[in-house]
Amino acid sequence: MVMKQPAEKLSVQELIAQSRSKRSKKVVEKIMPILLFITALISVLTTFGIVFTLIFETIEFFTKVSVIDFLFGTEWLPFSGKEPMYGILPLILGTLKVTFIAVLVAVPLGIAAAIFLSEYASDRTRRLIKPVLEVLAGIPTIVYGFFALTFVTPVLQEIIPGLKIFNALSPGIVVGIMILPMIASLSEDAMTSVPNAMREGALALGSTKLEVAIKIVLPAALSGILASVVLAVSRAIGETMIVSLAGGATPKFDFNVTDSIQTMTAYIVQVSTGDAGYGTTIYYSIYSVGFTLFLFTLLMNLLAHFISKRFREEY
Amino acid sequence: MVKLSVKDVYVAKGQNLKVVSKEEKQTVYHSKKLNLWYGEHHALKDIDLEMKENEVTAIIGPSGCGKSTYIKTLNRMVELVPSVCTQGEILYRERNILDNKYQVEELRTKVGMVFQKPNPFPKSIYDNIAYGPRIHGIKNKKVLDEIVEKSLRGAAIWDEVKDRLNQNAYGLSGGQQQRICIARCLAIEPDVILMDEPTSALDPISTLKVEELVQELKENFSIIIVTHNMQQAARISDKTAFFLNGEVIEYEATNHIFSTPTDKRTEDYISGRFG
Repeated sequence: MVMKQPAEKLSVQELIAQSRSKRSKKVVEKIMPILLFITALISVLTTFGIVFTLIFETIEFFTKVSVIDFLFGTEWLPFSGKEPMYGILPLILGTLKVTFIAVLVAVPLGIAAAIFLSEYASDRTRRLIKPVLEVLAGIPTIVYGFFALTFVTPVLQEIIPGLKIFNALSPGIVVGIMILPMIASLSEDAMTSVPNAMREGALALGSTKLEVAIKIVLPAALSGILASVVLAVSRAIGETMIVSLAGGATPKFDFNVTDSIQTMTAYIVQVSTGDAGYGTTIYYSIYSVGFTLFLFTLLMNLLAHFISKRFREEY
Repeated sequence: MVKLSVKDVYVAKGQNLKVVSKEEKQTVYHSKKLNLWYGEHHALKDIDLEMKENEVTAIIGPSGCGKSTYIKTLNRMVELVPSVCTQGEILYRERNILDNKYQVEELRTKVGMVFQKPNPFPKSIYDNIAYGPRIHGIKNKKVLDEIVEKSLRGAAIWDEVKDRLNQNAYGLSGGQQQRICIARCLAIEPDVILMDEPTSALDPISTLKVEELVQELKENFSIIIVTHNMQQAARISDKTAFFLNGEVIEYEATNHIFSTPTDKRTEDYISGRFG
C-alpha cells in the first residue's frame, strides 16, 4: 500500500503555532490560577473564621468568669444552679487520662507493627495488612464508641471488679486502638523511606535483622516516628464520640481511671446536645473549652512539625 | 629468612621458580562451579576462582557481566534479592559458605564490604565506627575509643576527623564518607574486605586516596575489588579476573592480563573496543 502524501505539507512546528494562537487556551491559562487561588483562599478564610469565632466567644465568656478561676479551679460544676464553678482542670485531666492510656496502648503496638511491616513482612503480607490498617482508620468513631461501651467495658469489668460502667480505662484503650493504625502506618512510611544502602551496610558488618531494625532503621526514622506519635496524640486529645459514650459525664480532679470522667470534648457534646440557652454562661463555656482544646491540638501539631524538622537524621 | 613481597612471589612464579611452601599464600576464597540465577536469568556460569590472602584481586568487565553479583555472593549479600538461586560451592577458608548451616552473620563478621555509594549510618562518626564492635558485644568505652582511633588511622582519615568525632558522618565529603565506610569495616578486623566499585562515586583525588589506602591495607587484609576502571585494576591489583556475560574469561596476574592477554575478548575489552 502506498501512503498518500498530503497535498500540503504541514510541519509539526506549524501545527503547534496554530494551536497556540487559539484564544480559548489563553483565556484558560489566565483564569485557572485565579480559580485555584480562590479555592485556596476559601480554606484559609474558613480556618480564620473558626478561630476568630472561638476567640470572640471565649472573650465573652471571660467577662462572666474570671480567667484565674477558669485556669486553676479544680471544680467544674456548670449546672449547679446557685453557684456554678468553671475550673477547667478536671476536664483537662479527664482528657489527659484517656490520652495517656491510649498512648500506652498505641505506641508500643504501633511501632512494633511498623517494624514488622517495614523490616520483616514480605511484599505480599504488606500488601495484605496495610489496607486492613487503613480500613481500621476509616471506621467511624461512633462505632468505636459503642464497641468501648458494650464490649470492652464489660470484658474489663470481669477482670477489674470495681470498674464502673463509665470509666477512663475502656475509652482510653479504644482510643488507643483507634490511633494505632495512624502510628503504624506513618511510622512504617518513615521506616520504609530509610535507604536500603543503610540496611546493607549494617548487614555487611554481621548484624542480624533485629539489630538492623532496632539500631539502624529505628533511629534513622525517629523523626517520622515521633511526628506520627504526636499527631496521634493530638487526635486522641480531640477524640469525641468514644469518650462521650464510654467515659461518662462527671468531671473529677483525680487520677482514678476506673471511675466516670468527663473530657473537654465530651463536655462540649453534652452542652451542645442539651438545651443550654443562647447567651447563657454555659453556652459561652463551650467556646472557652473548645478554645483550650484547640490550643492543645495546635501545640501538638506544632510539636510534630518541629520534631520532624529538628530530629531529622540526615542521610 | 627473606621476606618476599607479593610482587616478588609473582615474579618468582612467572619465572617458574618453585616458591617455598612457607611463603606460599593461603587460599582465602575458592569458588567451584558456581552458578547463580536471578529467577530465569542465568547471571553466573560455572565460576571457578581462587583468591589468595594478602592480595588484591580485581574483577573487571562490562556492565551486567556479573561482577557485582559475584562479589555479593562472597558475603551472601546477594540473598537480599528475592528469587536468587545458587548452585556449586564457595569455599571460604575451606568451608562452604553456601551451605545453609553456615551462619551468614558469622561470615559477614569475617568478610567486610565497602559499597559503591558511600553509605555511612546517619549517626556520629564515632558511632559509625563503633557500630560493628558494639553489635558484636564490645561495650567497654576505652576499648571502643582505641578501636575507633585505630580504624580511622587505618583508613587514613583520622587527622581529618579527629576533632569532630561527634558530628554526623553525613557532614563529610563523599570521599571522606567512603573512607569512613572503610574504617567502619576495619573496626571489626575482618579477614577479607570486599569492595564493590568503591570509587565510582568519587572525584579523582578521593579516588587516589582510596587506591593508596587499598595498597596499604593489603598488608593485613585480603582485598577483592570490583571496578569499572581498568587503569585502576592495573594500578592496584595483583591478580585480575575478567568477567563477560556471567563467565570468567580470564584470570591471571594483573601485569600479565594487561600486557599479554590470552583471550581475544579480554584484549578487545582492555583495549577499549567494547564495554
